[in-house]
Amino acid sequence: MNHFRDLLSARPDGGSLQDLLNRRLFLGRGASALGSAALAGLLGPNSSVDASTSAGPGLPGFPNHPAKAKRVIYLFQSGAPSQMDLFDPKPQMEAQRGKDLPESIRQGQRLTTMTSGQKNFPIAPSLFKFAQHGESGAWMSDLLPHLSGVADDLCFIRSMHTEAINHDPAITFCQTGNQLAGRPSIGAWLSYGLGTDNADLPAYVVLTSFGTGRRDDQPLYDRLWSSGFLPTQHQGVKFRNVGDPVLYLSDPAGMSRGMRRGMLDELAALNRRDLEVFGDPEIDARISQYEMAFRMQSSVPELTDLSGESEATLAMYGPNVKTPGTYAANCLLARRLAERDVRCIQLFHMGWDHHGGLPNAIKGQCSDTDQPTAALITDLKQRGLLDDTLIVWGGEFGRTIYSQGALTETNYGRDHHPRCFTVFLAGAGIKPGMTLGETDDYCYNIVSDPVHVHDLNATIMHLLGVDHKKLTYRFQGRDFRLTDIHGELVKKILT
Amino acid sequence: MSRLFLTILLLTLFAGFARAGEKLRFNRDIRPILSDACFHCHGPDEKERKGDLRLDLAEKAFLPGKSGIVPIFPGKPDESEMLVRIFLESDDSDMMPPPESGKSLTPAQRDTLERWIEEGAEYEGHWAFEKPERPALPAGKETLHPVDAFIAARLEKEGLAMQLETDRETLLRRVSLDLTGLPPTLAELDAFTGDKAPDAYEKTVDRLLASPHFGERMAMDWLDFARYADSNGFQSDGSRQMWPWRDWLIEAYNRNLPFDQFTIEQLAGDLLPNPTKDQIIATGFNRNHRLNGEGGRIEAEWFVETVIDRVETTGMTWMALTLTCARCHDHKYDPISQKEFYGLFSYFNSIEETGVLGREGSNTPPLLRLPDAAQTAELARLDGEAAKAEGAVKAASGEMPAALTKWETDLREKLTGPGGTATASNWVAVAGESAKSLGGASLTRQADGSWLAGGKNPANDTYEITVPATGGAIGGILLEVFPDPSLPAQSLGRGSNGNFVMTGVELVLRLADGKEQSVPLTKAEADYEQAGYGVAPILENAKNPGAKAAKGWAIDGNGADKKLARRAMFLAASPVAVSAGTAVTVRLRHQSNFADHNAGRFRLSTTAFEPALVKLDGGSGLPGNLVAILTGDPAARTEADRKVLEAWFLANADHPVKQSAAALAAAKQQRADYEQSLPSVMVMKERTEAREAFVLNRGEYDRPADKVARHLPAALPPLPAGAPQNRLGLAQWLVSGDHPLTARVWINREWERLFGIGIVKTSEDFGSQAEWPMFPELLDWLAVEFVSPTVLPAVNGKAGQAWDMKAMIKLLVTSAAYRQSSAVTPELVERDPENRLLARGPRFRLRGELVRDQALAVAGLMTPKVGGASVRPYMPEGVWDETSVYGDLRNYKADAGEGLYRRTFYTIWKRTGAPPTMLLFDAPNRETCTPKRSRTNTPLQALALMNEVTFVEASRALAQRMMREGGATPEERLTTGYRLATSRTPDAETILLLRDGFESRHAEFSSNPESAKALLSHGASVVDATLDPAELAAYTVSANVLLNLDRVVTRD
Repeated sequence: MNHFRDLLSARPDGGSLQDLLNRRLFLGRGASALGSAALAGLLGPNSSVDASTSAGPGLPGFPNHPAKAKRVIYLFQSGAPSQMDLFDPKPQMEAQRGKDLPESIRQGQRLTTMTSGQKNFPIAPSLFKFAQHGESGAWMSDLLPHLSGVADDLCFIRSMHTEAINHDPAITFCQTGNQLAGRPSIGAWLSYGLGTDNADLPAYVVLTSFGTGRRDDQPLYDRLWSSGFLPTQHQGVKFRNVGDPVLYLSDPAGMSRGMRRGMLDELAALNRRDLEVFGDPEIDARISQYEMAFRMQSSVPELTDLSGESEATLAMYGPNVKTPGTYAANCLLARRLAERDVRCIQLFHMGWDHHGGLPNAIKGQCSDTDQPTAALITDLKQRGLLDDTLIVWGGEFGRTIYSQGALTETNYGRDHHPRCFTVFLAGAGIKPGMTLGETDDYCYNIVSDPVHVHDLNATIMHLLGVDHKKLTYRFQGRDFRLTDIHGELVKKILT
Repeated sequence: MSRLFLTILLLTLFAGFARAGEKLRFNRDIRPILSDACFHCHGPDEKERKGDLRLDLAEKAFLPGKSGIVPIFPGKPDESEMLVRIFLESDDSDMMPPPESGKSLTPAQRDTLERWIEEGAEYEGHWAFEKPERPALPAGKETLHPVDAFIAARLEKEGLAMQLETDRETLLRRVSLDLTGLPPTLAELDAFTGDKAPDAYEKTVDRLLASPHFGERMAMDWLDFARYADSNGFQSDGSRQMWPWRDWLIEAYNRNLPFDQFTIEQLAGDLLPNPTKDQIIATGFNRNHRLNGEGGRIEAEWFVETVIDRVETTGMTWMALTLTCARCHDHKYDPISQKEFYGLFSYFNSIEETGVLGREGSNTPPLLRLPDAAQTAELARLDGEAAKAEGAVKAASGEMPAALTKWETDLREKLTGPGGTATASNWVAVAGESAKSLGGASLTRQADGSWLAGGKNPANDTYEITVPATGGAIGGILLEVFPDPSLPAQSLGRGSNGNFVMTGVELVLRLADGKEQSVPLTKAEADYEQAGYGVAPILENAKNPGAKAAKGWAIDGNGADKKLARRAMFLAASPVAVSAGTAVTVRLRHQSNFADHNAGRFRLSTTAFEPALVKLDGGSGLPGNLVAILTGDPAARTEADRKVLEAWFLANADHPVKQSAAALAAAKQQRADYEQSLPSVMVMKERTEAREAFVLNRGEYDRPADKVARHLPAALPPLPAGAPQNRLGLAQWLVSGDHPLTARVWINREWERLFGIGIVKTSEDFGSQAEWPMFPELLDWLAVEFVSPTVLPAVNGKAGQAWDMKAMIKLLVTSAAYRQSSAVTPELVERDPENRLLARGPRFRLRGELVRDQALAVAGLMTPKVGGASVRPYMPEGVWDETSVYGDLRNYKADAGEGLYRRTFYTIWKRTGAPPTMLLFDAPNRETCTPKRSRTNTPLQALALMNEVTFVEASRALAQRMMREGGATPEERLTTGYRLATSRTPDAETILLLRDGFESRHAEFSSNPESAKALLSHGASVVDATLDPAELAAYTVSANVLLNLDRVVTRD
């Protein structure tokens, strides 16, 4: 599927490119989708004969530099996990229990309308015990026993911050670099820029799961993996938890594989006759898309068939691994997708929005995610895949140190907090066993090494070999990019 | 770099640049280079401007700069600093554009700039901002169709020519799909191919333009602009009802509402003098945006986003301008300042609205109610009831003297009693009653008549007290609660802290026949209420007797100084008669979340008095002087006495005026409630006073700067004379005929729809980054013709008029350029891969909606009904629930019957989970205005066309048609199927291929009848049982082949 790149390597002599194009397009007619793919590239991204394959190479000149990571697995914790109950211990807060958050800390910053009406903001110290783990001495609470076991593989950023204060805009911001709908998501950008290394699977796959911590919590939206103004084939393909993993993958009952094959041959023969009449390279492309569809009908079931996994591997991911649609099952699927060189694999786990009843709800979330996340890292490592796979774990913002609603000995809630939160990364190009950034005693403001969402996105792209300033798309007269006009590399965490 | 390289290559492929020897033109050749590489720092944005240098205006570019050298010296490249700088080496710090800008110029671009300065550096205003003038038809082409004249002239220069007219079948399919979105029927095909009259094509175009499906086809595109959806967007994404606006839209196209009126009604129909209902519905256009209902939303923030969405959508839809760029700063490329952006903002910010979602699962005001006939009748009935009640209010004053007399008499009797002395208290302790705990506690009678609870203390107990029948009347109950040494903390309640939370008090009449009749209690009062735990919620809780209740009455029983007897009373609106044989039951419920919080010791009393005469302490509440007047001798009353009496009666007694007024209020409330329940559509409604508007620093809602008044961008024409300074004026401005963009933008989009790519390829941007038009004179000619018609054809006998959409479409589709064959030679693909020059007919994949519509149509499944609420066809299991369990759009269930077979654009559209097949076919999610769809070709589309139940069912239905209508032999039947799907007659080889496939499958299904049965089971439509299953299954797969053909999903 790399004809296009061959084509462009024929540069700088434009004449030879043209010759090659002509030869392939018209002499080799019917052989492959090459013609229109090449044409599409030639015509630029706004072409109506747009890059016709959903699988295929990326843009010429990409990657911009040797990539540390061939792929990214982004474990999105939707709803915003509480950083001070998981990763950012604030033992000083025990002495402040129930006292009002000092105005000197809050500094009049805006609050959501869920707590802006509260008369006071009582400090709620975490109920969970923290300890240091591994050689690196990373701090984690006792909610995360399994991740504690792989502490030395992780790199924490405690100084993340964002601009949005409500879920919908905030998660849209993480994914697309803009709070409002309409921009392409990170996976779509990667698919557009880098293409795919596996012609039989989409370049950008999305897996979703509900959390047990708060079952009804925080819906997801198609826009989060949308291609925005990029050509539609770059949108994330959401694997489904009921029915076919990929929409309309199965042949209808009553149709055998052999019959489908025959039907496709017949279709291709008819289409090829039209190609002779119309000479439209788009017809050629369509023939090859049907072939890829046919291949996906085998490659996807093979991907989701866990019968070849050892008992030890399954056990490592925990008891839910065999239940489709759980975070554990999705983590295992993520590893299988990574093995197959899918460029961007994104998990969304819902249920982290703990405005009330946090201590209980967060236990549920951690029991969903702790073991499978640790297992995924271990599993990738054992297979040598962690070396060229980037893992990102995090949500859309943090939570407040003060309690939303009543604070009791055993219960509290936390509101949204965009000014600091924690994410962790692991794998390709990431310094393992380090912690970047520091927050104040109240886990309210950042004290050192602030990292903006744009910075994180710039860094993810960098590791995949993309200069975030170079991956642009002309739309409505302007060159857009994932990081808007911002984004600095977080160099301190890079190997 | 690489894209630039490719662009140059492309441009040289078909001479987008000036041909050798032809003078360069600023707009075509120079502006694109400067705009992209220089304007960011040397353009309209004042804040970003570097070195005080501005290159977008001649009068600035020709002035000497700081160095004293002029940036551009016409005729003298060597003395032009700009030129010197762009030719510097890349390591020179003066090189332009600077490397860190990420911009660069190619050698060819540098040479072009040099040549332009050499030729005199003539500037032009940005073409799209100059009012179009009608160009003359190209010399020698005056006799051609105007469209063809311009294209032919250009093709001639290129040494090319148009193709011949395509065959009749293809032409009919092309124009049918373009004008109605539906393929021709076989009868239409036969009629058209058989009609040799010279006007056969024109008649066909007229027929299609008169079809009700024309409006549907046109509305389809408009919905993307209007960001139409059936949900509110954002977090919960609950439902809304905007389909009446969609119906207006379809109808507006069908009745050929001229585009100027079409514009004015959608943007400002509400501001027209005496607007009709339709004109108000039209304004739904700018209410189709999302509305945020998230819990933590900040209203002021989302109000701003709502208004900005309108500015963005209006600017994009009518002017193809990216106004939003000027939200945070002056526009980088176009002459739109930030202040001008907020000037436009102020036309859209004065609607009666909060800017956020009102209520999930419904529409947010301002609304227009849309009752149907029955609902209108019901409204009239309720109006009648209210009028009647109003009459009763008037009549009631006449009844007042008699009522006063009766009240006086009754009250004196009560006050003086049978013995003639005033009673001590209006409360009478009940007697002879029984009491039991439904939760199993013991209740023991105490000496003072109270009941003391003991024994088991259930989490939520209910006490039931039954008083034997005595007759008379009952107006309410008094509950006294006492401390007791046996209770926890020697307090009043049984909770471990001595407290109780009473959540329900019910007064029930138990009739002789055992039936219960509840007496609604409307007033409650207590002498002590714990903060947050008053008696009022008890009245509210009565709506769900026995249910868990969050709130109830508590008395701080755990407080040391709070262990005091407390009392509360609960009164009916007026006393009810208790007939003999009727027992009175009172239930005291404790259904709170606080376990064990049951009352400990209590006593009940009742009263027969009306509420106005009942006080907690047992007094009548009557002032002493009133009692004296009432109980004194009536004959001795003075005028002053009489006034006191009357005044008290009017204010406090339950008299006819008060009763009728209450009835009137209730009738009015009922009408209002009913109206609230009627279907509605969200519309624009201007406040009487305009809201203030401000420039927002960096576009942030909480950083207002200078106040702005409504004003229009200076680079565009002024408001037309006499137009009001509001939305209506803004709409009139857009369609005044002087606006340089409106007509061009519409023509270009229509061109894009019919020819695949616009004359200006960047149909979404007519700003200075826009592409130079392929046929600039043609675009301007058409734009002028649209506004001031000279040759617009008549449609169905109606002469073309200004802004006539049907006539303009007819003009376009009757051109030879439109009608030519789309077959192509390799040479032509090489020369013009995108077919910009139109040396062949346009050929492109159908819009997603049409792919499905066509399948339903050729299968004979489609329900042709036009308009109405959205429908629910098949969707994948769990389509809405996999990612959201919020809002009322959950648990998707497909309709039964016609909802499965309506045209696709009626499919219910949830923004955060749009119809998946449509997303696969490039539909936007409709979160915001989307001016253009991409047109992709992916394996996921192939999977949908092969396997989605809609297409499998359509294949089977098409197979049935082939067998029933298509003749007797496989060849005949496959020919019919092929004609239905493609509108064309297959050649022999095609039929051979199809027949071979059919026969091998027929054999396979014959030997495996179970498979045949399974394949025929897809979809809800009835399988024709008279047909042989194996044969039908085999034809079903053949039909599936047909529906997947490239030429079926393509319009060529």
